[in-house]
Amino acid sequence: MHTEITVRVDGAPRRLTVDTRTTLLDALRERLGVTSPKKGCDHGQCGACTVLSGGKRVLSCLTLAVTQDGARVTTAEGLAAEDTAPDERGPVDGDGRSPDDTDRHLHPVQRAFIDRDAFQCGYCTPGQVVSAVGMLREFARGWPSAVTEGGREPRLDHAEIAERMSGNLCRCAAYVNIVPAIQQAAAEAGTEVAG
Amino acid sequence: MRPFDYRSPADPAEAVRTVAGDPTAVFLGGGTNLVDHLKLGVVAPRLVVGVAGLLSTEVEELDSGTLRIGAGVSNSELAADPRVRERFPVLSQALLSGASGQLRNMATTGGNPLQRTRCVYFQDVTTPCNKRRPGSGCSALGGWTRNHAILGASEQCVAVHPSDMAVAMTALDAEVRVLGPDGERTVPFGALHRLPGDTPERDTVLGHGELITAIDLPALPIARRSAYRKVRDRASYAFALVSVAAAVEVRDGVITDARIAFGGVAHVPWRARRAEDVLRGSEVSDRRYRAAADAELADARPLDGLDGGNGFKIPLLRRTLAATLRDLVREGAR
Ligand SMILES: Cc1cc2nc3c(=O)[nH]c(=O)nc-3n(C[C@H](O)[C@H](O)[C@H](O)COP(=O)(O)OP(=O)(O)OC[C@H]3O[C@@H](n4cnc5c(N)ncnc54)[C@H](O)[C@@H]3O)c2cc1C
Ligand code: SF4
Ligand code: FES
Ligand code: FES
Repeated sequence: MHTEITVRVDGAPRRLTVDTRTTLLDALRERLGVTSPKKGCDHGQCGACTVLSGGKRVLSCLTLAVTQDGARVTTAEGLAAEDTAPDERGPVDGDGRSPDDTDRHLHPVQRAFIDRDAFQCGYCTPGQVVSAVGMLREFARGWPSAVTEGGREPRLDHAEIAERMSGNLCRCAAYVNIVPAIQQAAAEAGTEVAG
Repeated sequence: MRPFDYRSPADPAEAVRTVAGDPTAVFLGGGTNLVDHLKLGVVAPRLVVGVAGLLSTEVEELDSGTLRIGAGVSNSELAADPRVRERFPVLSQALLSGASGQLRNMATTGGNPLQRTRCVYFQDVTTPCNKRRPGSGCSALGGWTRNHAILGASEQCVAVHPSDMAVAMTALDAEVRVLGPDGERTVPFGALHRLPGDTPERDTVLGHGELITAIDLPALPIARRSAYRKVRDRASYAFALVSVAAAVEVRDGVITDARIAFGGVAHVPWRARRAEDVLRGSEVSDRRYRAAADAELADARPLDGLDGGNGFKIPLLRRTLAATLRDLVREGAR
């Protein structure tokens, strides 16, 4: 049973016909050639498939593509351009990608991951950076976490970042550098971070 | 995965009619449990009906002081709601202790209490399981039981309910608003889930086609001093071995009122009324907290298992209740 959907992926509207059983992850990777979201577990347990949908971080492996008709989806590939207005972007060619995709500047979180050497094999990294961008937005809205002390405004210390990022596993255990990378990106964005 | 049709109706009434019209049809909320089960073959509907977009995403305060939580409100929005954090901290903490940031953004207020057990045999379609295939047997008995029930289980099923949010809702006397083929009704949260008995395939009292549209939290002053404590194998992103939701009122060193519920111990979020009875009128002391736990656990039946069984849950729960109450009482004294 097939349905036609239109999803705005990394800024470009993409129309496709999907089997209703297709997850957003498989639609992105297998149908649209957007391979930055990774399939680690396919059961919601690792975070490698994290994307933003409507600006919020979600797991694309547990999202049916049919539910994303009309949605705005951002993967690690589109993070840098997230806040760029469509008319500031270059022309879009036949497959919906702008030709200058590869040399677009990096998002500050991506830059910080490179500066801090926050990965080894890199498999979890696209999910980590998308999750971190979503997490920092949640933090900016004042959302608490399980380690936020009752009634207090959360402070972005090590424990807060570790808890808020616990949905992203790293098989290489690059956590010691992931946390400082996120702190660096947060500090650059003007967020007060604590040790 | 068996092929299925997908529909996203215009409103809740149409969603209910659509699901009621096909015995295999299911509602899809955030999908964090259902999509997994579609992949695993635990369920094989011919029709999936998306409801996340048509249910209220608002937390509304009624004149009575009740907070009405739309069934479409995400677990993360609910946990962050300032009114929930201030008046029902136990609920905010329970939600934040569950799953991960990504999952909480997807999971809905309606879907969370209806998530199915995490019993590994239930999820593995190659093994017998009375809940998944009635009459096929229970693979947990004599198998791996570390995560299974110590209270209220039956010979047909020893699974536990996995939701943290549901434990808090049970302690808070929440009410579930349901729309079904025969109209609307309200189910007390504590009566939503069922013990397994001879029909473990039914997790709740809801009938086919009944849709949760909202959960009401009546004003409950005692809940301002409340907390959720969850014990698990790792610090985050894991289900509870045991958990405690508690609210207390203390005057002059005496507990004047208490609300207690346990998670990780039964097929239902377990309201600990016997423990509440022991606590009411008690002085604040560890001895009384342990006595309250013992009263509730008097009928506990730990299971043997290949992994050493789950007898550890009894002392663990006793200590967890005592620690939760100690912290709450101390917090109030500050
Ligand atoms: C890796 C992982 C870790 C997790 N850890 C935890 C944890 O620690 N604690 C915890 O509590 N949970 C945990 N969860 C579970 C998660 O909280 C639930 O899957 C989620 O709350 C279910 O909500 P949903 O909206 O996604 O439901 P769905 O998956 O959409 O649906 C669940 C069930 O409810 C039915 N349904 C959905 N909405 C309605 C409605 N409005 N009315 C009637 N029926 C409806 C569906 O048909 C389905 O049977 C975890 C999940 C994963 C994948
Ligand atoms: S405990 Fe319940 S869910 Fe688990 S195998 Fe037995 S019958 Fe199935
Ligand atoms: S692939 Fe989606 S969480 Fe692992
Ligand atoms: S860098 Fe290898 S899994 Fe994280």
